[in-house]
Amino acid sequence: MVSDKELQAIEQIVNGVVTDESLAEGDVLINCLHEIQNHFHNFVPLEAAEKVAEMLNVPQSSVYEVLTFYTMFSVEKRGKYVIRVCNSLPCHVTGGKEIVETLKKELGCDFSQTSTDGLFTLEKTGCLGLCGVSPVIMINEEFYGNLTRDKVQEIINKIREEERD
Amino acid sequence: MPVATNTILICAGGGCISSGEESCLQALEKAVEKYALHDVVKIVETGCMGMCDAGPLMVIYPEGVYYQKLTPEDVEKIVSEHILKGRIVEDKLLDNPVSSLKTQNPYDDHPFFTRQVKIATRNMGIVDPMKIEEYIAHDGYFALQKALSMKPEEIIEELKVSGLRGRGGAGFPTWLKWDLTRKVPGDEKYVLCNADEGDPGAFMDRSILEGDPHSLLEAMAIAGYAIGANKGYIYIRAEYPLAIERLKEGIKQAKELGLFGENIMGSDFSFDLEIRMGAGAFVCGEETALIESIEGKRGQPRVKPPFPAQVGVWGKPTLNNNVETYANIPPILTKGAKWFSSIGTETSKGTKVFCLAGKVKNTGLVEVPMGITLREVVYDIGGGIPDGKEFKAVQTGGPSGGCIPKEYLDTPIDYETLKELGTMMGSGGMIFMDEDTCMVDVAKYFLDFSVEESCGKCLPCREGNRVMLEMLEKITEGNGEEGDIERLEKLGKNIMDTSLCGLGQSSPQPVISTIRYFRDEYEAHINEKRCPAKVCKPLIRYIIDPEKCVGCTACARVCPVSAISGEVKQVHEIDSEICTRCGSCIQVCRFGAISIVSP
Repeated sequence: MVSDKELQAIEQIVNGVVTDESLAEGDVLINCLHEIQNHFHNFVPLEAAEKVAEMLNVPQSSVYEVLTFYTMFSVEKRGKYVIRVCNSLPCHVTGGKEIVETLKKELGCDFSQTSTDGLFTLEKTGCLGLCGVSPVIMINEEFYGNLTRDKVQEIINKIREEERD
Repeated sequence: MPVATNTILICAGGGCISSGEESCLQALEKAVEKYALHDVVKIVETGCMGMCDAGPLMVIYPEGVYYQKLTPEDVEKIVSEHILKGRIVEDKLLDNPVSSLKTQNPYDDHPFFTRQVKIATRNMGIVDPMKIEEYIAHDGYFALQKALSMKPEEIIEELKVSGLRGRGGAGFPTWLKWDLTRKVPGDEKYVLCNADEGDPGAFMDRSILEGDPHSLLEAMAIAGYAIGANKGYIYIRAEYPLAIERLKEGIKQAKELGLFGENIMGSDFSFDLEIRMGAGAFVCGEETALIESIEGKRGQPRVKPPFPAQVGVWGKPTLNNNVETYANIPPILTKGAKWFSSIGTETSKGTKVFCLAGKVKNTGLVEVPMGITLREVVYDIGGGIPDGKEFKAVQTGGPSGGCIPKEYLDTPIDYETLKELGTMMGSGGMIFMDEDTCMVDVAKYFLDFSVEESCGKCLPCREGNRVMLEMLEKITEGNGEEGDIERLEKLGKNIMDTSLCGLGQSSPQPVISTIRYFRDEYEAHINEKRCPAKVCKPLIRYIIDPEKCVGCTACARVCPVSAISGEVKQVHEIDSEICTRCGSCIQVCRFGAISIVSP
């Protein structure tokens, strides 16, 4: 359940995005959902989606449609760190397969799953536009390039350590 | 005010950031502080310098010396050696591919740099993208000023003479798009920028947005004036947070100087821009899907016609161009259409930005005149294929394009020649593949992409691609049957003929193209159950050469499924029944005793 305090926070977020009244036609929906998703650490609770629908005056079904169409959104709870692995050809031909294997092994989960400690969610993504330093992954908003098995392990371990402290 | 004697440019393009630019910048700032160099050293974070493979990159002026593959320790050393003592740090210079000497200023002697003609990327790696003053100092906003003194028809005529064509894919004449939108009656029109770059292997738009956002903003204002629109949208993918940040800052700064907003430069023309974010849907790169997404809906393509020029955002006439196309416009206006059209080929004028990715030595971003041959791109600019391997093919046009094998390396590149070869310019991504790449696997990979990214609206694309993917999976697993190739071709053609949007119409293209040039590989998979490139796991085996194995046990220890047996100092053996073909053993064997065979 989303608390009243959280609902207030959502209200603030939406009001922050919709500054110009003339824009409150629903075209800022995607921007709003991004902000809300950041607020809740990588997912949009359904109650929050309902609130957005009410505030922007669009049907709930439209909000749900958008949430489920775009791969970056999730209505399911995800880990604090969403790891997006580029699954495009430049990364594939430069060793992306190994990176995927290492990540799956290291996190103990498959694509679209969350690690048992609840910290990481593993996802696929289209080209991240960093093909010059492939293979590449994106963890929340940070990018990591020129990856090798060792580098991936190092990155994951570093995050785990930071979380422990 | 003291004048800095050294300016240090550090590349803050996406590639360099992800390979450690931030910690190098911190080290640089620390070193400047340590040696009290504030007054003589100016540090500038620039956009992409192009050579991503050599990142993080740093350039020291006035000499213009490039340093590559930096670590924080290197940076400290360069400050203490180069800046303080005037000694060049040799081992961090770029290698010069044409001589044994290292290269200091690559614009003098390094083909990756000297072969380029920069128009769309003219300011990248030179200016600080977060400072509008630097853009203005490089002739920025002069084109807008000039445009405001011209009639809209004159601007469009100038574009017509220049011969500029859309850089996003199909190569539609830019002037015609502008002219059509201008002529549609209506007070309310929109200028749109498609910054939803999603083609695998293409990252020029990202680099322009991050490295020189004002070149886009200026061009969009010009477009607004030319077609009679006062408002524009930039639709950008959420995967590019840095580009979004820099665009927002750019718009803010331009507004502060009166170059955007109400009554631009004292004229009666007003123009404003808003940014709309995507959320991870490749199909939104298709213009009508993009418009749906801007309106806050699912990004599903609309039926065309009506084209966006008539019915676009909110049902109003809308002009849509991609980032690179816009970035070409200011120089065309300031330097003249004739200058622009003097570059390139008969049908394709100007330059094209290509992104070199995959199996090529110098990965990164280059802008070259249209008509350059593939061979020049691969071997002169790209530095050839790494590890002494052979060039096999290059994929252009992303999942909508096709591959070009080595027989056509001497083809001059333009819109028409690529089309004749069964591929397309697309946005300019070039993915290089060497002899270790299996073309059936590549086709499968692209199809997998198209299946995931299909919006689901049309049956042929949604289900047809899935069936094609299943057939390819069957083939790469060694279960291919006689007639599969023909079935793939037939189904592919049906999908192309019956899908609504560009994504569906072109999605089977990688399969058709690889069949065209590498039919023998398909046949080897189907008839001989053999993968010539030794990539498809079900068709390969790992074996140990008893002559070379010394019994060090390294492979057996690393094998995750205990498929390797053998006593210490005895020849080891791999049990193919258990082996998962993960390749761990081959990496740890120091004696080169393990190899892959197919079948």
